[in-house]
Amino acid sequence: MKAEEITKILSRKTVGIAGCGGLGSNCAVALARVGIGTLIIADFDVITVGNLNRQYYFFDQVGRKKVTSLKENIARINPDVNVIACDLRLIPENIPSIFGGCDVIVEAFDLAGQKEMFLESVLGAMPSIPVVAGLGMAGWGMNDTIHCRQVDNLFICGDEISEISPEMPPIAPRVGMVANMQANVVLEILLKNE
Amino acid sequence: MKILLNNNPEEIPGDSISVNALLKFKNFTFKMLIIKINGSLVKKSDYESALVRDGDDVHVLHLISGG
Repeated sequence: MKAEEITKILSRKTVGIAGCGGLGSNCAVALARVGIGTLIIADFDVITVGNLNRQYYFFDQVGRKKVTSLKENIARINPDVNVIACDLRLIPENIPSIFGGCDVIVEAFDLAGQKEMFLESVLGAMPSIPVVAGLGMAGWGMNDTIHCRQVDNLFICGDEISEISPEMPPIAPRVGMVANMQANVVLEILLKNE
Repeated sequence: MKILLNNNPEEIPGDSISVNALLKFKNFTFKMLIIKINGSLVKKSDYESALVRDGDDVHVLHLISGG
């Protein structure tokens, strides 16, 4: 498929991204660069200095809302992308209305409890929409442990082992690998039947 | 009975088992999970009532923090 064909197909697609931290911000930027038509991004948090070791923000954005800053950063990369920024906390009650129209949804939360809440909500309420989750990317090295696998409509990217801890922080290289792997799976899903 | 658990064949005692009993039997101690039986999500609130039966295809995903 030629680059122009790919861009044309992707410009008609909508991708939801739940969480705009290390996974979400980097995945959103990769999807913006390839020209996804609409990105729906959701997060309630503000940027801290500690986020800059892996998240796609800049030092002068510290203290500002993640969704607002990510929308600005995407506009500087590809102004053709329509970014719908949802500054809120995702809960089971609002997830279907925010992401119900998406072609694919990316799970990009930090905490396991949030991942569980989100995946249970999406798989329960919208089982026909493919979901791409990030599981296990703390630390460094161990390139060959990161993988992707599919369980029905749920795609899992990560090593599924490395949980964050004070000795195993989430940092740019491995978080970026998983975020870009998630974006790559999104493209695979969106381009498969075209 | 025979089931598929995370793509591996498993022999489980009895004709059926609740999801909670299966987790205990397999020593799955993770608290944050996504469980699917034959492609359908089992909600956390249904782990006691949902039954796994002979021939079922069960997936138990461990959710871990980081992102």
